[in-house]
Amino acid sequence: MDIDQHRISTAVNGARHTKTVESRLLLSDFIRHELLLAGTHVGCEHGVCGACTILFDGLPTRSCLMFAVQADGHEIVTVEGLTSGGDGLNPLQQAMHEKHGLQCGYCTPGILMTMTAFLDANPSPDEAAVREALSGNLCRCTGYQHIVDAVLLAAERMRGARP
Amino acid sequence: MTTRYFGAPIPRNEDQRLLTGRALFVDDVELPGMLHAALLRSPVAHARIRKVDVSAALQRNGVVAAYTANDLGAFWQPGPLLVPPPPIDGIVFNLRTNAPLAKDKVRYVGEPLAIVIATSRYIAEDALADIVVDLAELPAVVDLERALAGGASLVHDDLPSNISAYVRQTKGDYAAAARRADRIVRRRFHYEHGISSPMETRGVVAQWDERSDQLTMWDTTQAPVFVRNGLAAMLNLSERQVRVIAPFVGGGFGPKIMMFYPEELLLPWAAMKLRRPVKWIEDRLEHFVATTHERGQIHDAEIALTNDGRILGVKDVFLHDTGAYDPYGLTVPINSQCTLLGPYVVPAYDSTFTAVFTNLPIVTPYRGAGRQHGVFVMERLLDIAAHELRIDRAEIRRRNLIPANAFPYDNKIIYQDFAPLSYDSGNYEPILDKALEAIGYRHFIEDEQPKLRAAGRNVGIGIVNYVEGTGIGPYEGARVQVQANGRVSVATGIGTQGQGHFTVFAQIVADQVGVDVKDVDVVTGDTDRFHWGAGTFASRGAVVAGNAVSEAAKVVRQKILKLASEYFECAEEDLVLEAGHVSIVGVPGRAVRLGELAMKANPMRGAVKPGTEPGLESTQYFGPPGGTTASGVHAMIVEVDPDTFMLEIKKYVVVHDCGTVINPLILAGQIHGGVAQGIGNAFFEKLIFDDTGQILTASLADYLLPTSLDVPRMELDHIATLSPLNPLGIKGAGEAGAIPVGPLFAQAIEDALELPRKGIELLEIPLSPGRLWELAAMAAGS
Repeated sequence: MDIDQHRISTAVNGARHTKTVESRLLLSDFIRHELLLAGTHVGCEHGVCGACTILFDGLPTRSCLMFAVQADGHEIVTVEGLTSGGDGLNPLQQAMHEKHGLQCGYCTPGILMTMTAFLDANPSPDEAAVREALSGNLCRCTGYQHIVDAVLLAAERMRGARP
Repeated sequence: MTTRYFGAPIPRNEDQRLLTGRALFVDDVELPGMLHAALLRSPVAHARIRKVDVSAALQRNGVVAAYTANDLGAFWQPGPLLVPPPPIDGIVFNLRTNAPLAKDKVRYVGEPLAIVIATSRYIAEDALADIVVDLAELPAVVDLERALAGGASLVHDDLPSNISAYVRQTKGDYAAAARRADRIVRRRFHYEHGISSPMETRGVVAQWDERSDQLTMWDTTQAPVFVRNGLAAMLNLSERQVRVIAPFVGGGFGPKIMMFYPEELLLPWAAMKLRRPVKWIEDRLEHFVATTHERGQIHDAEIALTNDGRILGVKDVFLHDTGAYDPYGLTVPINSQCTLLGPYVVPAYDSTFTAVFTNLPIVTPYRGAGRQHGVFVMERLLDIAAHELRIDRAEIRRRNLIPANAFPYDNKIIYQDFAPLSYDSGNYEPILDKALEAIGYRHFIEDEQPKLRAAGRNVGIGIVNYVEGTGIGPYEGARVQVQANGRVSVATGIGTQGQGHFTVFAQIVADQVGVDVKDVDVVTGDTDRFHWGAGTFASRGAVVAGNAVSEAAKVVRQKILKLASEYFECAEEDLVLEAGHVSIVGVPGRAVRLGELAMKANPMRGAVKPGTEPGLESTQYFGPPGGTTASGVHAMIVEVDPDTFMLEIKKYVVVHDCGTVINPLILAGQIHGGVAQGIGNAFFEKLIFDDTGQILTASLADYLLPTSLDVPRMELDHIATLSPLNPLGIKGAGEAGAIPVGPLFAQAIEDALELPRKGIELLEIPLSPGRLWELAAMAAGS
């Protein structure tokens, strides 16, 4: 097979990366193994589990269902970009910690990215709305209840922090 | 000693890393010059291997090596037996374990035939298509009963039949009990448990360092110490030359403890041969055949009772699907056999199982580990008996509970840990009462349900009991050490897959040593940090390792007090250990940091007294005399749509007794997650194979894991009956949530749809909307 290469330029967590990639390279592999942002996890590589969810131009997107070349000229945020460096946690991460919304933590980055976009668009969700939005991310450890509690707590705190 | 942390619902120490993407999982390991492996897996379930030719693959650009079984030389050998069969009279056990690559025959779809190692995973997978394979297909053994019939194809040609094992255990005289009985209920039950499907699949990275003669393997295993030991033996290395690291592991639930998976042998072997690091990460499609399942059993069971619902005896004969090989011994079917007895007085028991080789992937324990199968049989027999004898479902259970004054209660059969199945402690009736009250049992049955039914609603209630043998031996160990910076380190040999070990072990230590729980650093699953231990299984981490941690922390506390008393020249009784300092009661300002004491305990110059050990450190081991038995009750109210058979869980209650609770928040998470997996098992997840042994559900789009819309909010309550078998009084809790959900679903759905009245009984798990529709249609047709 002829390996065709493409020069791409993409902004990830605010930093510009210009790289040459093979056309078949998955975006998830590009993020994890080329950019070494291993916080984005891969659970199924067929778009069901949601572990690899990133923000692609602000929208939650499964990075295992895209090629790296498709990210050319686009903006990506991964779990590493949720806090601006240091050891701090943002309100959603803090609520996940306090409510024990994670166990093995493998699905957690994808859930954080999905719920970040959800809370942006829905600052005052009820439990049913949270469960609906969460239903595209599989978690095998928690039974979801503590994640739902965490998202509701984060929403409450984020509302309180708004001017 | 104050207990600021032990028993408190504190958030976890490990969360920070996991929430910010800084936790190391196996696939995050990146090494210079690392190669990538892909495995060619058998496309058929049963065949003789005529040829596997990798020569074309080796021609491909980027391919570094490709191996078949013949290339492995003396390294090719069937793997070890992980769990020997218990000492039971008359036991038959035919051990047949898998080899790293199939040589003469393939015995299940997915069995590895060859491994390709290339500069990228993409190229390694390309090269799999270059391999020429010639297989002479044989009839596949899939059905358990046909597997034992005359003329069946043989999974292992050197055995006279497909029998893997045969075990009979008895207690009392069942035949006599049956003769005395007013009623005998006899049914056939099918119970299948699926695949644990953790969100992280398996993976291995192996690195051979020539300069230090040291092999390092990062492995998604639940038992790093035993993998290290076995690997050293098979590679002809000493244990100290092999380091196995189970870093953060993305869920396990049992199957990550199989030994050996082929990749755990092939990768280190290849890394040594090629002198380059090699990585293999299982993809989700591979996972469905390359990681072990639990799957099914068929039970022909009967229960003998008096007219007032007292159990006189139970007889059970069952078949157990062990898959193509049986490296995990008899753990799963023994658990089914033992756990069937539940919290009940069963004076006579006669249980026989035959484990059957099939041309399907290997069966090993998955959360519950066969306990589900037994609990389903017993709970369903009681439901049917209650219906026939016109006794309330909760009442028939109450009448048969082992009374609180009967512990320790000897069941007179042998459990999976080779010890007699004896329940150490328990108090079952209050648990049942609490659950009945929490679910509103009387109110629902007498008031709510009739009203809703009159309005055309299909609502039902279920209530089930279970016990769980947990915290089995042999032992675990831990080392606790005060560091010069005042932080306390804890190392233990078990692996961790999300259970909160970094927090609960820290809680135990923080109280003993008088530091903040955040100042305790726990390391698990790195054989260079702690090189003894068995692993994380059988709900034993908190029980066995937790008590080892506690004993080590106690010794460190004594060392701290002794040294501080010498330092202050005062009595130990006058010292206070808190907030990382030792101070003297009533003398403000006189305090010494723990870190400073740690440095004093390791002097650079001068003489020490004979027998002095350096540091504020202790290593202790704990091995319980036997497993400790946890128990609980689940109750549920459901509504079923009579057209689609979809169900909505209106209320779900768990009341549970796992002895002393270290962290209620983490315990709740364990229960929630267990119930979610139980719900998946009961109503969503099914591994489907066709009659040639092909899996038809090898994706998460076909094998349905429950989502946030399927798992309800749960109400939890606890009682605490301490275990007398360990100093902390802990019982295991990891598997409890998952165990009784199958019979709970069957009972509640039967009730909701009034199935007994229609002559329909739910005698199988998993159920599903489709299966309920079929059963209803069959009943309507007959």
